Amino acid sequence: MPLPADVDTSTPKHLRDKYAIVGVGETTYTRGSGKTTRALGSWAVRNAIEDAGLKPSDIDGMLSYQSGDSTFSPMIAGDLGIRLNFYMDVFGGGSSTEALVGMAMGVIEAGMCKTVVIFRAMNGFSQVRIGGTGARAAAPVSGDMLHGRAYGWQSAGQMFSLTFMRHMHDYGTTPAQVAAVKAIHSEHAGNNPKAFYKERVTVEDVLKSRYICKPLHLLDCCVETDNGTALIVTRADRAKDCRHTPALIRGVVGRCNKPRMDMHYQHGPISTVAGHYGKEILWPNAGVGPEDVDITGSYDAFTFTTMLQLEDYGFCKKGEGGHYVSDGTMRLGGRRPNNTSGGHLCEGYTHGLNMVIENVRQLRHDVDDSCPVGPDGKRQHTYDYRPGGCRQVKDVEVSANLGWAMPGTGSAMVMRRG
Amino acid sequence: MAINATYLGMPLEINDLDVENLEYFKHCAAHDFHLQRCDSCGLLRYPPTTACPWCASPKSTWTRVEGKGAVHSYSEVHHAIQPAFKAHTPYLILLVDLDAQKGKPTADEALRVVGNLATPDGKLAPPEMVRSVGIGTRVRMVFSDVAPGLAIPQWTIDEKAAQPAKPWRYPD
Ligand SMILES: [Zn+2]
Repeated sequence: MPLPADVDTSTPKHLRDKYAIVGVGETTYTRGSGKTTRALGSWAVRNAIEDAGLKPSDIDGMLSYQSGDSTFSPMIAGDLGIRLNFYMDVFGGGSSTEALVGMAMGVIEAGMCKTVVIFRAMNGFSQVRIGGTGARAAAPVSGDMLHGRAYGWQSAGQMFSLTFMRHMHDYGTTPAQVAAVKAIHSEHAGNNPKAFYKERVTVEDVLKSRYICKPLHLLDCCVETDNGTALIVTRADRAKDCRHTPALIRGVVGRCNKPRMDMHYQHGPISTVAGHYGKEILWPNAGVGPEDVDITGSYDAFTFTTMLQLEDYGFCKKGEGGHYVSDGTMRLGGRRPNNTSGGHLCEGYTHGLNMVIENVRQLRHDVDDSCPVGPDGKRQHTYDYRPGGCRQVKDVEVSANLGWAMPGTGSAMVMRRG
Repeated sequence: MAINATYLGMPLEINDLDVENLEYFKHCAAHDFHLQRCDSCGLLRYPPTTACPWCASPKSTWTRVEGKGAVHSYSEVHHAIQPAFKAHTPYLILLVDLDAQKGKPTADEALRVVGNLATPDGKLAPPEMVRSVGIGTRVRMVFSDVAPGLAIPQWTIDEKAAQPAKPWRYPD
Protein backbone atom coordinates (compact mmCIF):
# COMPACT_ATOMS: atom_id res chain seq x y z
CA MET A 1 0.00 0.00 0.00
CA PRO A 2 1.43 3.45 -0.87
CA LEU A 3 2.22 5.81 1.99
CA PRO A 4 -0.47 8.36 2.87
CA ALA A 5 0.08 11.58 0.90
CA ASP A 6 0.27 13.77 3.99
CA VAL A 7 3.13 11.86 5.63
CA ASP A 8 5.92 14.20 6.69
CA THR A 9 9.12 12.43 5.67
CA SER A 10 11.41 15.28 6.68
CA THR A 11 11.18 15.08 10.48
CA PRO A 12 14.82 15.15 11.57
CA LYS A 13 13.95 14.08 15.11
CA HIS A 14 12.96 10.63 14.03
CA LEU A 15 15.50 10.15 11.20
CA ARG A 16 12.68 8.85 9.05
CA ASP A 17 13.98 7.38 5.75
CA LYS A 18 17.49 8.72 6.43
CA TYR A 19 18.95 5.25 6.97
CA ALA A 20 18.61 1.99 5.10
CA ILE A 21 19.41 -1.69 5.26
CA VAL A 22 21.53 -2.34 2.18
CA GLY A 23 22.85 -5.85 2.70
CA VAL A 24 21.66 -9.09 4.27
CA GLY A 25 23.32 -12.47 4.60
CA GLU A 26 23.11 -15.75 6.42
CA THR A 27 24.57 -19.23 6.66
CA THR A 28 22.66 -22.49 6.23
CA TYR A 29 20.12 -23.33 8.95
CA THR A 30 21.39 -26.63 10.32
CA ARG A 31 21.37 -28.84 13.36
CA GLY A 32 25.03 -29.65 13.90
CA SER A 33 26.93 -26.93 12.02
CA GLY A 34 30.33 -28.40 12.87
CA LYS A 35 31.59 -24.81 12.96
CA THR A 36 32.38 -22.27 15.65
CA THR A 37 30.11 -19.27 16.16
CA ARG A 38 33.12 -17.23 14.98
CA ALA A 39 33.11 -19.09 11.66
CA LEU A 40 29.32 -18.78 11.33
CA GLY A 41 29.46 -15.07 12.13
CA SER A 42 32.21 -14.28 9.66
CA TRP A 43 30.45 -16.16 6.85
CA ALA A 44 27.19 -14.34 7.53
CA VAL A 45 28.90 -10.94 7.65
CA ARG A 46 30.88 -11.69 4.49
CA ASN A 47 27.66 -12.72 2.72
CA ALA A 48 25.93 -9.49 3.79
CA ILE A 49 28.86 -7.36 2.56
CA GLU A 50 28.82 -9.22 -0.75
CA ASP A 51 25.03 -8.83 -1.01
CA ALA A 52 25.38 -5.06 -0.54
CA GLY A 53 28.04 -4.84 -3.22
CA LEU A 54 30.48 -3.41 -0.68
CA LYS A 55 34.04 -4.31 0.36
CA PRO A 56 35.10 -5.20 3.91
CA SER A 57 36.98 -1.88 4.02
CA ASP A 58 33.64 -0.05 3.58
CA ILE A 59 32.50 -1.35 6.99
CA ASP A 60 33.60 0.66 10.02
CA GLY A 61 31.02 -0.27 12.66
CA MET A 62 29.86 -3.59 14.09
CA LEU A 63 27.17 -4.58 16.61
CA SER A 64 26.09 -7.97 17.85
CA TYR A 65 24.01 -9.55 20.57
CA GLN A 66 24.24 -12.82 22.38
CA SER A 67 23.32 -14.68 25.55
CA GLY A 68 26.74 -15.82 26.65
CA ASP A 69 26.79 -18.21 23.71
CA SER A 70 28.69 -16.52 20.90
CA THR A 71 31.71 -14.75 19.51
CA PHE A 72 32.37 -10.98 19.53
CA SER A 73 32.60 -8.20 16.95
CA PRO A 74 36.40 -7.75 17.19
CA MET A 75 36.89 -11.43 16.28
CA ILE A 76 34.71 -11.19 13.17
CA ALA A 77 36.27 -7.87 12.17
CA GLY A 78 39.75 -9.31 12.63
CA ASP A 79 38.96 -12.37 10.52
CA LEU A 80 37.65 -10.21 7.66
CA GLY A 81 40.27 -7.44 7.90
CA ILE A 82 37.65 -4.86 8.93
CA ARG A 83 38.90 -1.86 10.93
CA LEU A 84 36.20 -0.72 13.32
CA ASN A 85 35.63 2.84 14.44
CA PHE A 86 32.80 1.74 16.72
CA TYR A 87 31.67 -1.65 17.99
CA MET A 88 29.49 -3.03 20.75
CA ASP A 89 28.48 -6.54 21.75
CA VAL A 90 25.41 -6.54 23.96
CA PHE A 91 23.85 -9.21 26.12
CA GLY A 92 20.43 -9.65 24.64
CA GLY A 93 17.77 -11.73 23.05
CA GLY A 94 14.85 -11.46 20.72
CA SER A 95 14.24 -7.81 21.50
CA SER A 96 17.75 -6.84 20.38
CA THR A 97 17.58 -7.00 16.58
CA GLU A 98 15.50 -3.91 15.83
CA ALA A 99 16.93 -2.06 18.85
CA LEU A 100 20.46 -2.53 17.47
CA VAL A 101 19.33 -1.17 14.10
CA GLY A 102 18.32 1.94 16.05
CA MET A 103 21.70 1.98 17.75
CA ALA A 104 23.46 1.69 14.38
CA MET A 105 21.48 4.69 13.14
CA GLY A 106 22.50 6.58 16.27
CA VAL A 107 26.23 5.94 16.00
CA ILE A 108 26.25 6.86 12.31
CA GLU A 109 24.18 9.98 13.04
CA ALA A 110 26.71 10.88 15.73
CA GLY A 111 29.51 10.67 13.18
CA MET A 112 31.27 7.77 14.87
CA CYS A 113 31.19 5.61 11.75
CA LYS A 114 29.58 5.34 8.34
CA THR A 115 28.43 1.78 7.71
CA VAL A 116 27.49 -0.71 10.44
CA VAL A 117 27.14 -4.49 10.34
CA ILE A 118 24.85 -6.23 12.85
CA PHE A 119 25.25 -9.97 13.30
CA ARG A 120 24.01 -12.85 15.44
CA ALA A 121 25.88 -16.16 15.35
CA MET A 122 24.74 -19.13 17.38
CA ASN A 123 24.98 -22.88 17.62
CA GLY A 124 21.51 -22.81 19.09
CA PHE A 125 20.98 -26.52 18.61
CA SER A 126 24.40 -28.09 19.01
CA GLN A 127 25.92 -25.90 21.73
CA VAL A 128 24.00 -23.58 24.10
CA ARG A 129 20.26 -24.09 23.70
CA ILE A 130 18.01 -21.15 24.50
CA GLY A 131 15.41 -23.74 25.46
CA GLY A 132 17.53 -24.39 28.50
CA THR A 133 18.58 -28.03 28.33
CA GLY A 134 22.15 -29.10 29.05
CA ALA A 135 24.67 -27.09 31.04
CA ARG A 136 22.37 -24.08 31.32
CA ALA A 137 19.74 -26.17 33.10
CA ALA A 138 22.20 -27.92 35.40
CA ALA A 139 23.81 -24.73 36.79
CA PRO A 140 23.25 -23.96 40.51
CA VAL A 141 20.08 -22.02 41.32
CA SER A 142 21.17 -18.88 43.10
CA GLY A 143 19.78 -15.58 44.39
CA ASP A 144 16.77 -14.27 42.47
CA MET A 145 16.59 -17.52 40.48
CA LEU A 146 15.19 -19.12 43.64
CA HIS A 147 11.90 -17.40 42.76
CA GLY A 148 11.79 -19.17 39.39
CA ARG A 149 14.10 -22.07 38.65
CA ALA A 150 13.55 -23.63 42.05
CA TYR A 151 9.98 -24.20 40.82
CA GLY A 152 11.08 -25.75 37.53
CA TRP A 153 10.08 -22.46 35.87
CA GLN A 154 12.97 -21.74 33.58
CA SER A 155 12.68 -22.16 29.81
CA ALA A 156 11.13 -19.44 27.69
CA GLY A 157 8.16 -21.67 26.97
CA GLN A 158 7.57 -22.33 30.65
CA MET A 159 7.81 -18.63 31.50
CA PHE A 160 5.61 -17.38 28.66
CA SER A 161 2.92 -20.06 28.82
CA LEU A 162 1.21 -18.30 31.71
CA THR A 163 0.43 -15.26 29.56
CA PHE A 164 -1.12 -17.47 26.90
CA MET A 165 -3.15 -19.46 29.42
CA ARG A 166 -4.57 -16.23 30.82
CA HIS A 167 -5.31 -14.93 27.30
CA MET A 168 -7.37 -18.04 26.63
CA HIS A 169 -9.21 -17.56 29.91
CA ASP A 170 -9.92 -13.87 29.36
CA TYR A 171 -10.74 -13.86 25.63
CA GLY A 172 -11.78 -17.39 24.72
CA THR A 173 -8.78 -17.87 22.46
CA THR A 174 -8.54 -21.50 21.35
CA PRO A 175 -5.55 -23.84 20.88
CA ALA A 176 -6.61 -24.38 17.25
CA GLN A 177 -6.54 -20.66 16.48
CA VAL A 178 -3.00 -20.35 17.76
CA ALA A 179 -1.86 -23.57 16.08
CA ALA A 180 -2.82 -21.91 12.78
CA VAL A 181 0.31 -19.76 13.15
CA LYS A 182 2.49 -22.84 12.76
CA ALA A 183 0.40 -24.18 9.90
CA ILE A 184 0.59 -20.88 7.99
CA HIS A 185 4.31 -20.40 8.61
CA SER A 186 4.92 -23.95 7.41
CA GLU A 187 3.15 -23.11 4.13
CA HIS A 188 5.58 -20.21 3.71
CA ALA A 189 8.59 -22.36 4.60
CA GLY A 190 7.51 -24.82 1.94
CA ASN A 191 8.33 -22.11 -0.61
CA ASN A 192 11.66 -21.31 1.04
CA PRO A 193 14.41 -23.62 -0.22
CA LYS A 194 16.66 -22.74 2.74
CA ALA A 195 14.11 -23.40 5.52
CA PHE A 196 15.04 -26.12 8.00
CA TYR A 197 11.46 -27.47 8.12
CA LYS A 198 9.96 -27.35 4.64
CA GLU A 199 7.12 -29.81 5.13
CA ARG A 200 3.66 -28.40 5.63
CA VAL A 201 1.85 -29.21 8.85
CA THR A 202 -1.79 -28.76 9.73
CA VAL A 203 -3.55 -27.38 12.80
CA GLU A 204 -4.39 -30.98 13.66
CA ASP A 205 -0.71 -31.96 13.50
CA VAL A 206 0.11 -29.22 16.02
CA LEU A 207 -2.69 -30.22 18.39
CA LYS A 208 -1.71 -33.89 18.19
CA SER A 209 1.96 -33.27 18.96
CA ARG A 210 3.07 -33.93 22.53
CA TYR A 211 2.78 -31.33 25.26
CA ILE A 212 5.91 -29.46 26.29
CA CYS A 213 4.13 -27.36 28.89
CA LYS A 214 0.42 -26.72 28.52
CA PRO A 215 -0.76 -24.87 26.57
CA LEU A 216 2.33 -25.44 24.38
CA HIS A 217 2.65 -28.49 22.17
CA LEU A 218 5.96 -29.46 20.61
CA LEU A 219 4.90 -27.88 17.28
CA ASP A 220 3.93 -24.62 19.00
CA CYS A 221 7.68 -24.17 19.68
CA CYS A 222 10.31 -22.90 17.27
CA VAL A 223 13.04 -25.00 15.70
CA GLU A 224 16.41 -24.55 17.44
CA THR A 225 19.14 -24.38 14.81
CA ASP A 226 22.80 -23.43 14.27
CA ASN A 227 23.41 -20.43 12.02
CA GLY A 228 24.83 -16.95 11.51
CA THR A 229 22.80 -13.98 10.24
CA ALA A 230 23.83 -10.41 9.42
CA LEU A 231 22.57 -7.11 8.01
CA ILE A 232 24.17 -3.79 7.06
CA VAL A 233 22.89 -0.30 7.97
CA THR A 234 24.10 2.85 6.26
CA ARG A 235 22.82 6.29 5.32
CA ALA A 236 20.17 6.33 2.58
CA ASP A 237 22.25 8.62 0.36
CA ARG A 238 25.12 6.11 0.48
CA ALA A 239 22.70 3.28 -0.27
CA LYS A 240 22.48 4.51 -3.87
CA ASP A 241 25.94 3.04 -4.50
CA CYS A 242 24.87 -0.38 -3.25
CA ARG A 243 23.71 -3.32 -5.33
CA HIS A 244 20.03 -3.58 -4.41
CA THR A 245 16.99 -1.41 -3.84
CA PRO A 246 17.46 -0.19 -0.25
CA ALA A 247 15.03 -0.94 2.55
CA LEU A 248 14.52 2.50 4.08
CA ILE A 249 14.05 2.58 7.84
CA ARG A 250 10.92 4.51 8.77
CA GLY A 251 11.09 4.10 12.51
CA VAL A 252 12.52 1.97 15.28
CA VAL A 253 11.60 1.36 18.89
CA GLY A 254 13.65 -0.68 21.35
CA ARG A 255 13.37 -2.18 24.79
CA CYS A 256 9.86 -1.09 25.52
CA ASN A 257 9.51 -2.29 29.08
CA LYS A 258 6.53 -2.61 31.29
CA PRO A 259 6.83 -0.28 34.26
CA ARG A 260 7.96 -3.17 36.49
CA MET A 261 10.10 -6.20 35.90
CA ASP A 262 7.52 -8.65 34.73
CA MET A 263 9.39 -11.89 34.60
CA HIS A 264 7.23 -12.48 37.62
CA TYR A 265 4.24 -10.84 36.02
CA GLN A 266 4.00 -8.14 38.66
CA HIS A 267 2.50 -5.38 36.57
CA GLY A 268 -0.78 -4.89 34.74
CA PRO A 269 -2.68 -7.50 32.74
CA ILE A 270 -0.22 -10.38 32.14
CA SER A 271 -1.31 -10.98 28.55
CA THR A 272 -0.49 -7.37 27.69
CA VAL A 273 3.05 -7.43 26.34
CA ALA A 274 5.79 -5.14 25.05
CA GLY A 275 4.03 -4.14 21.85
CA HIS A 276 1.35 -2.38 23.88
CA TYR A 277 4.02 0.10 25.00
CA GLY A 278 6.13 -0.04 21.84
CA LYS A 279 3.36 1.02 19.51
CA GLU A 280 3.14 4.44 21.10
CA ILE A 281 6.62 5.15 19.75
CA LEU A 282 6.74 2.96 16.65
CA TRP A 283 3.79 4.24 14.64
CA PRO A 284 4.28 8.00 15.21
CA ASN A 285 7.98 7.63 14.36
CA ALA A 286 7.21 5.67 11.22
CA GLY A 287 4.44 8.03 10.13
CA VAL A 288 2.24 5.08 9.24
CA GLY A 289 -0.12 2.81 11.14
CA PRO A 290 -0.76 -0.93 11.17
CA GLU A 291 -3.32 -0.49 8.36
CA ASP A 292 -0.54 0.78 6.04
CA VAL A 293 1.66 -2.30 6.57
CA ASP A 294 1.80 -4.87 3.76
CA ILE A 295 3.82 -7.61 5.51
CA THR A 296 4.77 -8.34 9.10
CA GLY A 297 7.64 -10.27 10.66
CA SER A 298 6.73 -11.42 14.14
CA TYR A 299 9.01 -13.00 16.71
CA ASP A 300 7.58 -16.50 16.58
CA ALA A 301 9.56 -18.25 19.27
CA PHE A 302 6.16 -19.79 19.94
CA THR A 303 2.92 -19.69 18.00
CA PHE A 304 1.23 -17.48 20.57
CA THR A 305 4.06 -14.91 20.76
CA THR A 306 3.08 -14.01 17.20
CA MET A 307 -0.53 -13.59 18.28
CA LEU A 308 0.27 -11.44 21.33
CA GLN A 309 2.58 -9.14 19.38
CA LEU A 310 0.25 -8.58 16.45
CA GLU A 311 -2.54 -7.81 18.89
CA ASP A 312 -0.55 -5.41 21.08
CA TYR A 313 1.03 -3.56 18.14
CA GLY A 314 -2.50 -2.86 16.99
CA PHE A 315 -2.97 -5.12 13.94
CA CYS A 316 -6.22 -6.17 15.57
CA LYS A 317 -8.11 -5.37 18.77
CA LYS A 318 -6.98 -6.81 22.09
CA GLY A 319 -8.59 -10.20 22.49
CA GLU A 320 -9.10 -10.70 18.74
CA GLY A 321 -5.60 -12.05 18.10
CA GLY A 322 -6.81 -15.63 17.90
CA HIS A 323 -9.13 -14.71 15.06
CA TYR A 324 -6.52 -12.55 13.30
CA VAL A 325 -3.84 -15.26 13.19
CA SER A 326 -6.23 -17.93 11.91
CA ASP A 327 -8.51 -16.12 9.43
CA GLY A 328 -6.11 -16.17 6.48
CA THR A 329 -4.84 -12.58 6.82
CA MET A 330 -1.30 -13.79 7.58
CA ARG A 331 -1.10 -16.27 4.72
CA LEU A 332 0.77 -15.72 1.42
CA GLY A 333 -1.91 -14.26 -0.80
CA GLY A 334 -3.74 -12.90 2.27
CA ARG A 335 -4.19 -9.28 3.25
CA ARG A 336 -0.97 -9.01 5.33
CA PRO A 337 1.33 -12.05 5.18
CA ASN A 338 3.45 -12.73 8.28
CA ASN A 339 6.86 -14.44 8.42
CA THR A 340 6.96 -15.31 4.75
CA SER A 341 10.26 -17.19 5.25
CA GLY A 342 8.66 -19.55 7.77
CA GLY A 343 10.19 -17.67 10.69
CA HIS A 344 11.58 -19.29 13.80
CA LEU A 345 8.91 -21.95 13.74
CA CYS A 346 10.08 -23.36 10.40
CA GLU A 347 12.98 -21.57 8.71
CA GLY A 348 15.27 -21.65 11.74
CA TYR A 349 15.87 -19.98 15.07
CA THR A 350 18.32 -17.12 14.93
CA HIS A 351 17.07 -14.88 17.71
CA GLY A 352 15.08 -12.46 15.56
CA LEU A 353 17.35 -11.52 12.69
CA ASN A 354 16.01 -13.80 9.96
CA MET A 355 12.59 -12.13 9.83
CA VAL A 356 14.28 -8.76 9.20
CA ILE A 357 16.39 -10.32 6.43
CA GLU A 358 13.23 -11.73 4.87
CA ASN A 359 11.41 -8.39 4.93
CA VAL A 360 14.40 -6.62 3.35
CA ARG A 361 14.28 -9.11 0.48
CA GLN A 362 10.50 -8.76 0.22
CA LEU A 363 10.89 -4.97 -0.06
CA ARG A 364 13.44 -5.49 -2.86
CA HIS A 365 10.81 -7.65 -4.63
CA ASP A 366 13.57 -10.26 -4.88
CA VAL A 367 12.82 -13.04 -2.40
CA ASP A 368 15.00 -16.13 -2.87
CA ASP A 369 12.28 -18.65 -3.67
CA SER A 370 11.98 -21.24 -6.45
CA CYS A 371 10.88 -18.83 -9.17
CA PRO A 372 13.12 -18.64 -12.27
CA VAL A 373 15.95 -16.10 -12.38
CA GLY A 374 15.81 -13.69 -15.32
CA PRO A 375 18.65 -12.25 -17.42
CA ASP A 376 18.96 -9.31 -15.00
CA GLY A 377 19.78 -11.75 -12.18
CA LYS A 378 16.44 -11.15 -10.47
CA ARG A 379 13.70 -13.66 -9.96
CA GLN A 380 10.68 -13.60 -12.25
CA HIS A 381 8.05 -14.03 -9.58
CA THR A 382 4.87 -15.91 -10.45
CA TYR A 383 2.88 -15.04 -7.30
CA ASP A 384 1.65 -18.62 -7.41
CA TYR A 385 1.82 -19.62 -3.78
CA ARG A 386 1.16 -23.33 -4.16
CA PRO A 387 3.66 -25.74 -2.54
CA GLY A 388 7.17 -25.34 -3.88
CA GLY A 389 6.29 -22.10 -5.65
CA CYS A 390 6.59 -18.37 -5.12
CA ARG A 391 6.73 -16.58 -1.79
CA GLN A 392 7.23 -13.03 -3.00
CA VAL A 393 4.36 -10.82 -1.85
CA LYS A 394 3.05 -8.66 -4.67
CA ASP A 395 3.83 -4.93 -4.62
CA VAL A 396 5.23 -4.78 -1.07
CA GLU A 397 5.86 -1.19 -0.02
CA VAL A 398 5.82 -1.17 3.80
CA SER A 399 6.86 -3.84 6.32
CA ALA A 400 6.91 -4.14 10.09
CA ASN A 401 9.20 -6.32 12.21
CA LEU A 402 8.19 -7.07 15.77
CA GLY A 403 10.91 -8.37 18.11
CA TRP A 404 10.40 -9.79 21.58
CA ALA A 405 12.26 -11.20 24.52
CA MET A 406 10.51 -11.26 27.90
CA PRO A 407 6.81 -10.32 27.76
CA GLY A 408 7.76 -6.78 28.78
CA THR A 409 10.70 -6.21 26.46
CA GLY A 410 10.50 -5.82 22.73
CA SER A 411 11.79 -3.87 19.79
CA ALA A 412 10.24 -3.18 16.44
CA MET A 413 10.94 -1.51 13.12
CA VAL A 414 9.01 -0.25 10.12
CA MET A 415 10.74 -0.24 6.72
CA ARG A 416 9.63 0.84 3.26
CA ARG A 417 10.82 0.11 -0.24
CA GLY A 418 13.40 2.75 -1.32
CA MET B 1 25.15 -16.04 56.40
CA ALA B 2 25.39 -17.67 52.97
CA ILE B 3 23.22 -20.71 52.30
CA ASN B 4 24.15 -23.74 50.21
CA ALA B 5 21.66 -26.58 50.00
CA THR B 6 20.16 -29.21 47.75
CA TYR B 7 16.47 -29.38 46.79
CA LEU B 8 15.12 -32.24 44.61
CA GLY B 9 18.74 -32.86 43.59
CA MET B 10 19.14 -29.22 42.52
CA PRO B 11 21.96 -27.15 44.08
CA LEU B 12 20.58 -23.92 45.59
CA GLU B 13 22.71 -21.05 46.90
CA ILE B 14 22.32 -17.57 48.37
CA ASN B 15 25.50 -15.58 48.96
CA ASP B 16 26.32 -13.22 51.83
CA LEU B 17 25.76 -10.06 49.77
CA ASP B 18 22.19 -11.01 48.88
CA VAL B 19 20.68 -9.65 52.08
CA GLU B 20 17.14 -9.33 50.71
CA ASN B 21 16.85 -12.96 49.68
CA LEU B 22 18.54 -14.17 52.87
CA GLU B 23 15.93 -12.29 54.89
CA TYR B 24 13.04 -13.47 52.72
CA PHE B 25 13.99 -17.14 53.00
CA LYS B 26 14.80 -16.83 56.73
CA HIS B 27 11.11 -16.06 57.32
CA CYS B 28 10.07 -18.86 54.97
CA ALA B 29 12.23 -21.28 56.98
CA ALA B 30 10.03 -20.44 59.98
CA HIS B 31 6.97 -21.15 57.75
CA ASP B 32 6.04 -17.50 58.01
CA PHE B 33 5.56 -15.45 54.84
CA HIS B 34 7.03 -11.95 54.91
CA LEU B 35 7.32 -9.27 52.22
CA GLN B 36 8.94 -5.86 52.22
CA ARG B 37 6.57 -2.99 52.93
CA CYS B 38 7.85 0.32 51.57
CA ASP B 39 8.45 2.81 54.38
CA SER B 40 7.61 5.65 52.06
CA CYS B 41 4.50 4.65 50.05
CA GLY B 42 3.37 1.69 52.13
CA LEU B 43 3.05 -0.79 49.26
CA LEU B 44 4.18 -4.42 49.54
CA ARG B 45 6.31 -5.97 46.83
CA TYR B 46 7.31 -9.39 45.54
CA PRO B 47 9.92 -10.74 44.92
CA PRO B 48 12.43 -8.98 47.21
CA THR B 49 14.11 -5.92 45.71
CA THR B 50 16.55 -3.26 46.90
CA ALA B 51 14.16 -0.38 46.25
CA CYS B 52 10.45 0.23 45.85
CA PRO B 53 9.28 -0.30 42.26
CA TRP B 54 6.47 2.18 42.86
CA CYS B 55 8.30 5.11 44.53
CA ALA B 56 12.04 4.20 44.44
CA SER B 57 12.49 4.48 48.19
CA PRO B 58 15.31 2.24 49.49
CA LYS B 59 13.71 1.86 52.93
CA SER B 60 11.34 -0.97 53.77
CA THR B 61 10.17 -3.11 56.68
CA TRP B 62 9.66 -6.87 56.54
CA THR B 63 5.99 -7.45 57.20
CA ARG B 64 4.00 -10.63 57.81
CA VAL B 65 1.59 -11.31 54.92
CA GLU B 66 -1.18 -13.91 54.85
CA GLY B 67 -0.41 -16.52 52.19
CA LYS B 68 -3.88 -16.80 50.66
CA GLY B 69 -5.14 -16.06 47.20
CA ALA B 70 -6.50 -17.32 43.91
CA VAL B 71 -4.75 -18.83 40.89
CA HIS B 72 -4.30 -16.10 38.26
CA SER B 73 -2.69 -18.35 35.67
CA TYR B 74 -0.76 -21.58 35.44
CA SER B 75 1.37 -23.82 33.27
CA GLU B 76 1.31 -27.61 33.36
CA VAL B 77 4.83 -28.81 32.57
CA HIS B 78 5.14 -32.13 30.76
CA HIS B 79 8.71 -31.76 29.49
CA ALA B 80 11.00 -30.76 32.36
CA ILE B 81 14.12 -28.72 31.66
CA GLN B 82 15.64 -29.04 35.12
CA PRO B 83 16.85 -32.63 35.46
CA ALA B 84 15.56 -32.55 39.04
CA PHE B 85 11.96 -32.14 37.88
CA LYS B 86 11.82 -34.95 35.32
CA ALA B 87 10.59 -37.42 37.93
CA HIS B 88 7.74 -35.07 38.92
CA THR B 89 6.06 -34.35 35.56
CA PRO B 90 3.44 -33.22 34.97
CA TYR B 91 3.82 -30.50 37.57
CA LEU B 92 2.01 -27.19 37.91
CA ILE B 93 3.60 -23.74 38.03
CA LEU B 94 1.08 -21.41 39.60
CA LEU B 95 0.87 -17.62 39.52
CA VAL B 96 -1.24 -16.66 42.52
CA ASP B 97 -2.86 -13.28 43.16
CA LEU B 98 -2.53 -12.69 46.90
CA ASP B 99 -5.64 -11.33 48.60
CA ALA B 100 -3.34 -8.82 50.29
CA GLN B 101 -3.11 -5.65 48.20
CA LYS B 102 -5.18 -7.01 45.27
CA GLY B 103 -6.30 -4.13 43.04
CA LYS B 104 -3.61 -1.75 44.32
CA PRO B 105 -2.05 0.55 43.19
CA THR B 106 -4.18 0.06 40.05
CA ALA B 107 -7.17 -2.14 39.32
CA ASP B 108 -4.96 -4.47 37.26
CA GLU B 109 -2.38 -5.01 40.01
CA ALA B 110 -1.86 -7.75 42.51
CA LEU B 111 1.05 -9.31 44.36
CA ARG B 112 1.55 -12.29 42.09
CA VAL B 113 3.49 -15.01 43.84
CA VAL B 114 4.91 -17.99 41.98
CA GLY B 115 4.99 -21.56 43.27
CA ASN B 116 4.28 -25.16 42.46
CA LEU B 117 1.09 -26.93 43.38
CA ALA B 118 2.01 -28.98 46.44
CA THR B 119 0.45 -31.22 49.06
CA PRO B 120 -0.20 -29.68 52.50
CA ASP B 121 3.17 -31.00 53.67
CA GLY B 122 5.03 -29.29 50.82
CA LYS B 123 5.60 -32.22 48.44
CA LEU B 124 5.04 -31.65 44.70
CA ALA B 125 1.42 -32.50 43.91
CA PRO B 126 0.47 -35.93 42.49
CA PRO B 127 -1.16 -36.09 39.01
CA GLU B 128 -4.78 -36.32 40.23
CA MET B 129 -4.32 -33.15 42.28
CA VAL B 130 -2.65 -31.42 39.30
CA ARG B 131 -5.74 -32.13 37.20
CA SER B 132 -8.10 -30.55 39.75
CA VAL B 133 -6.63 -27.04 39.82
CA GLY B 134 -7.19 -24.19 37.38
CA ILE B 135 -7.57 -20.42 37.11
CA GLY B 136 -9.71 -19.26 40.02
CA THR B 137 -8.83 -22.09 42.43
CA ARG B 138 -8.40 -20.77 45.98
CA VAL B 139 -5.02 -21.74 47.41
CA ARG B 140 -3.04 -21.26 50.61
CA MET B 141 0.69 -21.14 51.12
CA VAL B 142 2.65 -24.11 52.41
CA PHE B 143 6.41 -24.63 52.56
CA SER B 144 8.89 -27.17 51.20
CA ASP B 145 11.67 -27.52 53.77
CA VAL B 146 15.09 -27.61 52.15
CA ALA B 147 17.73 -27.01 54.83
CA PRO B 148 18.17 -25.08 58.08
CA GLY B 149 17.39 -21.47 57.18
CA LEU B 150 15.80 -22.34 53.83
CA ALA B 151 12.27 -23.34 52.85
CA ILE B 152 10.53 -22.72 49.54
CA PRO B 153 7.00 -21.26 49.57
CA GLN B 154 4.49 -23.39 47.68
CA TRP B 155 0.74 -23.51 47.12
CA THR B 156 -1.86 -26.07 48.08
CA ILE B 157 -5.64 -26.16 47.63
CA ASP B 158 -7.31 -24.17 50.42
CA GLU B 159 -9.64 -26.83 51.87
CA LYS B 160 -11.55 -24.30 53.98
CA ALA B 161 -12.17 -21.74 51.23
CA ALA B 162 -15.25 -21.59 48.98
CA GLN B 163 -13.99 -22.91 45.64
CA PRO B 164 -15.32 -21.96 42.18
CA ALA B 165 -17.76 -24.57 40.85
CA LYS B 166 -15.40 -25.29 37.98
CA PRO B 167 -11.96 -23.62 37.89
CA TRP B 168 -10.89 -22.68 34.34
CA ARG B 169 -8.70 -25.42 32.84
CA TYR B 170 -6.96 -25.71 29.50
CA PRO B 171 -9.25 -27.84 27.29
CA ASP B 172 -7.78 -31.36 27.05
ZN1 LIG C 1 7.34 2.91 47.79
